[in-house]
Amino acid sequence: MVTADKSSSPGGDHAREPSFYTSQKGLKSWLFTLDHKRLGMMYLVSTMIFFFVGGVAALSLRTELLTPELDVFSATTYNKLFTVHGAVMVFLVIIPSVPGAMGNFLLPLMLGAKDVAFPRLNLLSFYIYTLGAVFFLITLLTGSLDTGWTFYTPYSTSTGTAVISATFGAFILGFSSILTGLNFLVTVHKMRAPGLTWNRLPLFVWAIYSTAVIQILATPVLAITLMLLIIERTLNIGIFDPAMGGDPVLFQHFFWFYSHPAVYIMILPGFGIISELVAVHSRKHIFGYKAIALSSVAIAIISFLVWGHHMFVSGQSELAGVVFSFLTFAVAVPTAIKVFSWVATLYKGSIEFNTPMLYALAFLFTFTIGGLTGVFLGALSVDIHLHDTYFVVAHFHYVMMGGTIIAFIGGIHHWWGKMTGRMFNETHGRWGCLLVFIGFNVTFFSQFLVGQQGMPRRYATYVPQFQNIHVISTIGSYILGVGLLWTAIYLLRSLKSGAQASDNPYGGASLEWITQSPPIEHNFHGQPRVDTDPYNFPQIDRSGGMDHH
Amino acid sequence: MLSMFLAPEIKEAAKAVVSNAAAAAPAVPAAAPVSVPKLPPLETANSWAMPTEASTFAESTDNLYYFITALSVIFFVLIIGAMLYFMKKYARRSEDQKTSSLTHNGKIEFLWSAIPAVLLVVIFAWGEIDWIKQTSPPPDAIDIRVTGRQWYWQVDYPDYPGVTLTSSTEEPLITMMVPKGRPVRLIMTSEDVLHSFYVPAFRVKKDLVPGRYTTLWFEATKVGEFNIFCAEYCGDRHSSMGGVIKVLEPDSFEAALREAAKLEQKPVESAADFGKRIYTRRGCVACHTLDGSAATGPSWKGLYGKEESLVGGETLKVDDNYIKESILQPKAKIVAGYTAANMPSYQGQLDDKQITAVIEFIKTQK
Repeated sequence: MVTADKSSSPGGDHAREPSFYTSQKGLKSWLFTLDHKRLGMMYLVSTMIFFFVGGVAALSLRTELLTPELDVFSATTYNKLFTVHGAVMVFLVIIPSVPGAMGNFLLPLMLGAKDVAFPRLNLLSFYIYTLGAVFFLITLLTGSLDTGWTFYTPYSTSTGTAVISATFGAFILGFSSILTGLNFLVTVHKMRAPGLTWNRLPLFVWAIYSTAVIQILATPVLAITLMLLIIERTLNIGIFDPAMGGDPVLFQHFFWFYSHPAVYIMILPGFGIISELVAVHSRKHIFGYKAIALSSVAIAIISFLVWGHHMFVSGQSELAGVVFSFLTFAVAVPTAIKVFSWVATLYKGSIEFNTPMLYALAFLFTFTIGGLTGVFLGALSVDIHLHDTYFVVAHFHYVMMGGTIIAFIGGIHHWWGKMTGRMFNETHGRWGCLLVFIGFNVTFFSQFLVGQQGMPRRYATYVPQFQNIHVISTIGSYILGVGLLWTAIYLLRSLKSGAQASDNPYGGASLEWITQSPPIEHNFHGQPRVDTDPYNFPQIDRSGGMDHH
Repeated sequence: MLSMFLAPEIKEAAKAVVSNAAAAAPAVPAAAPVSVPKLPPLETANSWAMPTEASTFAESTDNLYYFITALSVIFFVLIIGAMLYFMKKYARRSEDQKTSSLTHNGKIEFLWSAIPAVLLVVIFAWGEIDWIKQTSPPPDAIDIRVTGRQWYWQVDYPDYPGVTLTSSTEEPLITMMVPKGRPVRLIMTSEDVLHSFYVPAFRVKKDLVPGRYTTLWFEATKVGEFNIFCAEYCGDRHSSMGGVIKVLEPDSFEAALREAAKLEQKPVESAADFGKRIYTRRGCVACHTLDGSAATGPSWKGLYGKEESLVGGETLKVDDNYIKESILQPKAKIVAGYTAANMPSYQGQLDDKQITAVIEFIKTQK
């Protein structure tokens, strides 16, 4: 068991102290806060606002796709909508969501620290994020963007839309990502509580740590690439545009050199959340701790070597295609190990089907589909047929939304009591999870079918025989939208009328559960000490002698 | 298969939903109306199956697809089956329910890493062998040149001088003709942005990159008409950059190709009607509307005789000479508000008689 050092407080019991919400008051105390918890909550609110924006764009797209013809929007508007949807969801929602919101809030708590290593840098990261978001808003207000979130040249250097402000926004957001990664990396190395060895770190911390490594190493490449794009557009220096002697395929190499590792920036933190949820809600030691932790690190490394699998039909060399295909299959193994380990954790557990656990189980279902369909796309000949079709769209939504976002929503429920001090209504939560799960699968499973039939992505209009499946997908997206709106409503309502959360509502054994809900400003009374690992639940039966140590 | 569940009423309802949404949506500045290419249906009614197999690559690609599908279903059933079984068996029944102290098991962890690894190597090798085939065109392949432009394909046959086919966003035109049972190599490039030549029935796809040539080859195995799609996002009319590839018996191929490529005034055809055919066949339609709405280039409605102001402030009256000059040297005099960046020169592509016909056609667009 973990213990807080209570020597500073005779009697060992504290009266409830003001939480970090109430310890300081006024707008200024928020705007200049150095408290990782407040910054985490600010990230949470911002990412949720952008999630709403990106979601509205998505539902608009699905509505247009109800019929093969253009009915609601012009083709230009449709193209802007899918660009806004993709760019907002990737750069402003998924990348900052789990590290920015949950990572900030939980990392120091899980490490038994008072804050991150560099609290001022952390505040700067948030403001850089805000500045990047402002550039995106400027883009939306000045003619928007129609390049797709991938900014492929030479379309992006020739279109009349606001490419420069958008890429500059993404450029700035990259710095926020780099600084946050750096901060977390140092925090994990230097701020662990006494006794909290590397083998006793919660797996969420391992995931955030691996993510931080990728953020620091990969994001500068994106920054350089986007800078080159801006230079080409403003100074007419030929880098990517063949009309000026550049090479458009070079852009794709640069772009995916960042953006493929970025896929793991997006999914690894989700893996971390799932490890916590599965273990805590089945009160069982996570199965294969070392395999899960090290597979995160393995993924972080291999993820740098697979970018070319986005470019099998781009005109890159045939040999490069072969090498990238092989490495892509190599990254599938550590991912499979994780899924197996989570399912094995359920074995002989004590599983409670509350909302966070239902999201974790939903994740296992959807992420397994997301992972398996990746195997199709890694196979060279099959990818030739499926590349740039709805099959790819369905695959990455099963990973990004069915993986990261489902894990994120599960995590929000799991730590809702800790973060807000209130409990949400469990019945409402389960209904919300059911709607999201059904809506998600109806929306995106159908897209595998239309994709294998040959429906290309980014199409405002399509041939009539695809309509049946598009109608099903759109109906699914409305169910998903209702589920997410429902979830937002009951969570917000719980802030007013929810029951008071106890310090440890689910019986978690990592350090964040020993402090009060919501935590006090300095997280802990005294210095917590750790003498065991974070999955040593009191319900574990130690009499059987099955333990290997 | 899925269409069983979707009666025509549902499609009508879908239509009603979007038209309501359209009515409620704020007025969007009218861009060029984009029509759907009226393409032949894919020859498959089964949503769970791959599309028609019409090239020598299709069968092996599909077999690998079905092999991965079978493995995926097995793994999915094992993983989710185990999950559901554990969910039922180990559901929490009491607060103090004991759990196992199991933390790891080296043997099983080795197995579940090694077995998928071996299967993945098999999948890799299969895909790689087919990939090598698909990237090595046989020496006796017929060469066809494909040029991508926003937003149509131009297909030239070097072995048949003067034979050019193009796609159209308005009409179901034969974009490419190939003989059955003969290898065909496409040498492709783009004149503007990236495009991607995709024929689902052949399981082939390759990007067209400006400034370089990319190649793709196939051998068609079925006579018929199949969809071509542009699979790389290329701007406003990306989704209408379709086409039709027609596969013929080798003995009727050449005659049919010459007939399809013929772009001559028919004896009973007026010059304006001939001009209309050129308008759809030679790509004018991609950028110039006939209904007055602005697109990449000026609309042809009311164009003839109109006073246009040019980039640079001059004005001129659109007459025969200006139209001819614009067709042959698009960058010479540009109408204010447009760039000529996307307009290719038709020097050597259209002869004087064809240009005259286009002018006659424009005259009729009042």
